[in-house]
Amino acid sequence: MTLAEKSSLEDSDEKIGGNTLVEDENLEQYLTFIMNEEEYGVDILSVQEIRGWEPVTPVPNSPAHIRGVVNLRGIIVPIVDLRAKFNLDNVEYSPLTVVIVLRVAFDDGERIMGIVVDAVSDVYGLSLDDMKTAPDLGDHVNTNYIRGLASVDEKMIIILDIDALLESDMRDPEELKVVH
Amino acid sequence: MSIDLSQFHQIFYEESYEGLDSMESCLLDIDCSNVDMESINTIFRAAHSIKGSSGTFGFKEVAAFTHVLETLLDQIRDGSRDIEPDHVDLFLQSVDCLRNMLAQLQAEEPVSTEQSNELIDAFNSILDGSANSESAGQSECVKSELENAGSSAETSSVASDEEGGESIWQIHFVPDENMLRTGNEPLRMFRELRELGTLTVTALVDRIPEFEGIHPEECCMGWDLLLDSKAPKSTIDEIFEWVVDDAELTISEVAGLFDTSVSVEGVGNVDSENDVNAASESITDQEPIQNVDVVASEGKKNTPQLPQKTPEATSIRVGTDKIDSLVNLVGELVITQSMLGQMGEEFTMDKLARLQEGLAQLEHNTRDLQESVMRIRMLPISFSFSRFPRMVRDLSRQLDKKVELVLVGEQTELDKTVMEKIGDPLVHLVRNSLDHGLEVPAERIAAGKSETGTITLNASHQGGNIIIEITDDGAGLNKERIRKKAVENGLIGEKDILTDEQVNDLIFRPGFSTADEVTDVSGRGVGMDVVRRNIQELNGTIEVSSEEGKGSVFTIRLPLTLAILDGQLISLGEQKYIIPLVSIVESLQPNAEDVNHVAGGCDVFKLREDYIPIVKLWEILGVEPSTKELSESLLVVVDAGADKVALVVDDLLGQQQVVIKSMESNYKKVEGISGATILGDGTVSLILDISDMVRMAGAYHQSSKVVSINGRHRAA
Repeated sequence: MTLAEKSSLEDSDEKIGGNTLVEDENLEQYLTFIMNEEEYGVDILSVQEIRGWEPVTPVPNSPAHIRGVVNLRGIIVPIVDLRAKFNLDNVEYSPLTVVIVLRVAFDDGERIMGIVVDAVSDVYGLSLDDMKTAPDLGDHVNTNYIRGLASVDEKMIIILDIDALLESDMRDPEELKVVH
Repeated sequence: MSIDLSQFHQIFYEESYEGLDSMESCLLDIDCSNVDMESINTIFRAAHSIKGSSGTFGFKEVAAFTHVLETLLDQIRDGSRDIEPDHVDLFLQSVDCLRNMLAQLQAEEPVSTEQSNELIDAFNSILDGSANSESAGQSECVKSELENAGSSAETSSVASDEEGGESIWQIHFVPDENMLRTGNEPLRMFRELRELGTLTVTALVDRIPEFEGIHPEECCMGWDLLLDSKAPKSTIDEIFEWVVDDAELTISEVAGLFDTSVSVEGVGNVDSENDVNAASESITDQEPIQNVDVVASEGKKNTPQLPQKTPEATSIRVGTDKIDSLVNLVGELVITQSMLGQMGEEFTMDKLARLQEGLAQLEHNTRDLQESVMRIRMLPISFSFSRFPRMVRDLSRQLDKKVELVLVGEQTELDKTVMEKIGDPLVHLVRNSLDHGLEVPAERIAAGKSETGTITLNASHQGGNIIIEITDDGAGLNKERIRKKAVENGLIGEKDILTDEQVNDLIFRPGFSTADEVTDVSGRGVGMDVVRRNIQELNGTIEVSSEEGKGSVFTIRLPLTLAILDGQLISLGEQKYIIPLVSIVESLQPNAEDVNHVAGGCDVFKLREDYIPIVKLWEILGVEPSTKELSESLLVVVDAGADKVALVVDDLLGQQQVVIKSMESNYKKVEGISGATILGDGTVSLILDISDMVRMAGAYHQSSKVVSINGRHRAA
């Protein structure tokens, strides 16, 4: 990131979140969004853009949480419904619903994918020390894709490992069983 | 600091391969009794520039080898030696050998000099045979150059090792039976290892007891792991930190990308001793470690790491005229844009006519631009044809047949992707014609034909398609034998009445081969069906016509490009899909009396003489159609190779050219979908993969219930 970009990013942070950010090398910035009244965070460097919800073209023979594909300036981009992925109740989507378009790095290269969330919340600078590893939540909750839990102003933020979260959709079930 | 030459390597490879190709084609043209000096010069120039640039880049093995080649060529060139057929063979072998060497360099593998040394000996014996003192001196100097090459290769491997390449760690890990009880999970460790690099795991299962003896909390397995990683040994040690005391653990470095055994000694380092100790502590009294290359890993931290091996970048050479016309068109587009922009700023209704004119201009520009961009991807088919002269020459010798190969329409242009994919099927067809089609000279003379058989490859444009014909004047397809074979294989019944075309078509069925003997060349029965499938994947078709005793013609019809497809837009419920126009036979409204229900859930439709299975698209795609009543829907009869099926759709919307967008680039391959496209209104529409459809329809009826539950779910 160039200096100019960095400073403009921080300027906008101040406007959005009111969090004054100290120039600190150890701070990583996270974009947070709300889903079912919980706040989740993703590494801001993987965010390409934020868009409003628009109707998608459903893709046959795909898992339920793949809502479909949309046309993003000539590229076909799959849209992942995080509510379905996290087994939350379905809600009706409106133009106010937000799609975060992410660049995710998989083993075989970079992909562009969108996730549907309820609303975008804030940008926080968090250091590794602020983050606690997610407790083992038992067998039925897969914590692989939770990078950690952080608290900001008494709120808990679930920091997602977006690459791990979305990569599982890319593999066929048989492939997952093989330990590489 | 020297310039990083590796950035030019890709260009070097491309140029060298091109040079080799031109050498090969010239060599094949050489007629030893009447030598064309120009082709000798071309060969010499190609060899010379390969030698020069490989020397520059430090590929000494290649340079040394080409030098010998060049010596002989030089003598032929200045007339002090006549070219003989043996020489041509030797040169052709050298071209192959150089190709292999370049491929090895490109894959960053060590270059094997075995083949080149053999050839050098052969060259030297020719050169020595001339009793020419000068040439003897030259071969002497070649040998020393080769030795130099050997030693410099070693030095370079040491140097690169210091720069820090990837190394392969072999880890032998047999945990104690109690490991799981102490809360250590091997899978988690492997997952961590996998983050460091590519991990290959082999489980050792010899300790696993009989089923009765298994205790679920005991860990009876061991693992051999191969880790290809840049990580230093300390990082790997850290992962096993908790289990070293309760397990047999050996961590050793097998080899780096370059052979690292050279570098271990001599570069002693005080720090490294600690690591060696640490390493030996972590090892139970199993095998001694060999080549623990700590030094190399220490060095890696400070120096920039070798760039990750990137997938082979493909490039394309484009004529400047194509680029120029593109630049012109973009210029025109900019002018039109500024004109429209100006008009938009102060628009009044009286300018409407000019606006429409401007928009028409814009449309015109866009279409030209699109065509022009498509032309960039087009290459003359000679790129694909050029390999055949050599292949036919080698094969005809192997089979003792006399063959003349005629290439027609080599300048016909075709999309690069299509060209790459059509190569293998073409090779197969030409081999088939040579092996099965053409007869041996004796048989040909007996049949009153000339001794030399002819195979013609003819490429031409026809509308939006390219037609490639492979014609031979051999024996033709033996219809009786094909019939017999098909009956034997159960493909047709004994009493079935087939037209000639239908009989010929049988050779494209899986598992069909009429060759009485399986030869090296062909006849294994995996062939023509694969050829047809490959061609169908390119949205093309293949047909064969044949006359007994006169020969056969294989006709391949391909779309010019894979980027654009003629599609039929259909609607199904709220969704729109695209069916490739090439696969549509006809569309019609079914009469209720033509539809029959076969037990087992499959409906068939009587189309003239045939019964065609009806595929309900909504079931396969999991969408809600506007009507499930067949009489209110339309049937689209599609041809998927051997089978015809009728797809049920709500409505036909229109035909249009669509630009194919890949689903795989951001998602993955979806069954039944070959790609997607963007419609005029900006929405995405999926392109149906017809051969997948037919297969899925078959599977659907076998497990009808399961799929339909999923289908509903998806539709929700």
